[in-house]
Amino acid sequence: MNITDQLITLASRRFQVDPATLQPEDDFFEKLGIDSIQALDLLSEVEMHFDVEIPDYELQGVVTFAALSALIEGRV
Amino acid sequence: MLSTARIANLGDALWEATHAFPTQTAFIEANRDRVNGVWTHGEVRAEADRLGGLLQSKGVEANDRVAILMGNQARWPISAMAAFRVGAIVMPLDYKLTPAEQLALLQHGTPKALITEQVIWRRLVEEDPTIADALIPLIPEAPDDADLKGAIRWESESTPVIPASRRREDTACIVYSSGTGGTPKGCMLSHGNYLAQAEILGTLFPLVETDRYFSILPTNHAIDFMCGFILPMLFGATVVHQRTLRPQFIASTMKRQGITHMAVVPLLLKALGDRIREQLDALPDWQRRIADGLISVNDNLTAKRPNQRVSSLLLKPIHEAFGGRLKQLFCGGAFVDPELAQFFYRLGLPVAIGYGLTEAGTVVTVNDLKPFRPDTVGMPVRGTSLEIRDADANGIGEVWIQGPTVMQGYLDAPELTAEAIVDGWLRTGDLGHFDASGHLKLVGRRSNMIVTGGGKNIYPEDVEATFDDLSDCEESCVFATDFIWPRGSMVDETLVLVIRPQDALTKDTRTMVAERNRTLADFKRVSHLLVWSEPFPRTASMKVKRSELAKQIGEQCAPNALEEAA
Repeated sequence: MNITDQLITLASRRFQVDPATLQPEDDFFEKLGIDSIQALDLLSEVEMHFDVEIPDYELQGVVTFAALSALIEGRV
Repeated sequence: MLSTARIANLGDALWEATHAFPTQTAFIEANRDRVNGVWTHGEVRAEADRLGGLLQSKGVEANDRVAILMGNQARWPISAMAAFRVGAIVMPLDYKLTPAEQLALLQHGTPKALITEQVIWRRLVEEDPTIADALIPLIPEAPDDADLKGAIRWESESTPVIPASRRREDTACIVYSSGTGGTPKGCMLSHGNYLAQAEILGTLFPLVETDRYFSILPTNHAIDFMCGFILPMLFGATVVHQRTLRPQFIASTMKRQGITHMAVVPLLLKALGDRIREQLDALPDWQRRIADGLISVNDNLTAKRPNQRVSSLLLKPIHEAFGGRLKQLFCGGAFVDPELAQFFYRLGLPVAIGYGLTEAGTVVTVNDLKPFRPDTVGMPVRGTSLEIRDADANGIGEVWIQGPTVMQGYLDAPELTAEAIVDGWLRTGDLGHFDASGHLKLVGRRSNMIVTGGGKNIYPEDVEATFDDLSDCEESCVFATDFIWPRGSMVDETLVLVIRPQDALTKDTRTMVAERNRTLADFKRVSHLLVWSEPFPRTASMKVKRSELAKQIGEQCAPNALEEAA
């Protein structure tokens, strides 16, 4: 499973959304209906899953699964 | 608290405080589960003096502006102290804005120097390669082999600083309250404004040297600047900075560092409340009944005023989740849901609710918790007068403020200043009334703006350009939904995009709106669309008459005419 798919699986589990409804270019704030604090919670889980550390400032402007995936790819 | 009565400016007050508490820990910088650094007040003074000398050696003089654009960390207040030491005016900027928005504010404020972080600097240079020619950039913590892109290392050695004297009436800071898309509103706040606010809040909420304030709101935010910088310094207390807002690390740092005070915005308070609720709901029935019983006992024992010692004994597991030493939460930046504040108070975690705006320092009213009143924003603080002007039959009118914390005016915007400050009174644009006990209750806004749960002021004019030139569309305009249909509430405020289509609203237009909406930061997005068929009323210079259009819409449409913008 590629990084984007893994991200979508993690997000769908955490926020109980059907993974089939989530696409790589989806804005995860909008699609999951979450606020910025909930997004940070999701990112903590993502960090644990991929064993990476992403500073908050690197996440400025990152709103799609694909963009987050690219960020992780650069670090794993 | 260090007596500030004979002190002429904020920089001197902070500098004197470092002498009064030289060996006391001033700053602890936490990063997730690690500690990045610890500074005593004496070490802070030495660093601020060194940096002040560096700024001077690069040409920064008294009355020059020094912008600070950094996340929460100890170097933020040290940089501000250095700027004050040389008589400069500090321009705190929001690191969460986009590079284009930050550049717009830098262009408006024309600072001589910019103190920022390497990542932020790199993004600014990518957006505008000429930026390094316009100011003196300084960046801390750059790796040895880093490409500084014209910046100077913050840690560079310097010549000794020559302190510059400032008076209470001189400008200390320029703080932007809005204007990333429209006219920037740079609030000019004097040294006297800050010293008066520190004296007022220091009397209401005194700290002791063993207190630890947790700085998680950005330090450019008026609340953190006062509660997480000025006040702890003047009391010789400790500030713990945290570089991430992730709830799990907030909780772990609170435990490890024994946090006693913390300021949050409503969005974060809600996240913390949700966590406690989840933990309470997960308890087996019998444990839940015991917990509810203890909460009721605490309720009775703290009905007149908080008692941290009693509450932390009675509700030990809940308090230990916050480190076990938490005495006081401050919540501001936006309207606080009374139910949420009540929930925390019942757990023995009092939330001081106040009302303030950048134009008037930190707070102008505050609930003194004697007794706790979650339904109001408290009474005016000492020395500050509030009046309700143009009140209706229910006593509701616009809140006007006069007092020692009201700003000098907006930078380079005399017309905006004249609109905001009339005969020495600041017009807030907020609607409210006083109850029989003199507590202020806010019920809405007269002005066309919203404040998000995260404490961000959003002006419709600032997002409107995003929706210019929509296909199949004659004209469009953005409003705060409550500006058209006042609800008498200041929670969950939203923006609505009003569109006049050429014919009917097409699928293309809807798609374009959704796409453009997504380019905005999540807290700036319009949540609804409204189709309007009549031409917008305009002035002779073709500006939309917003108030008139809002009135027409409010009279002819019901809020259920709105459709989702996504």
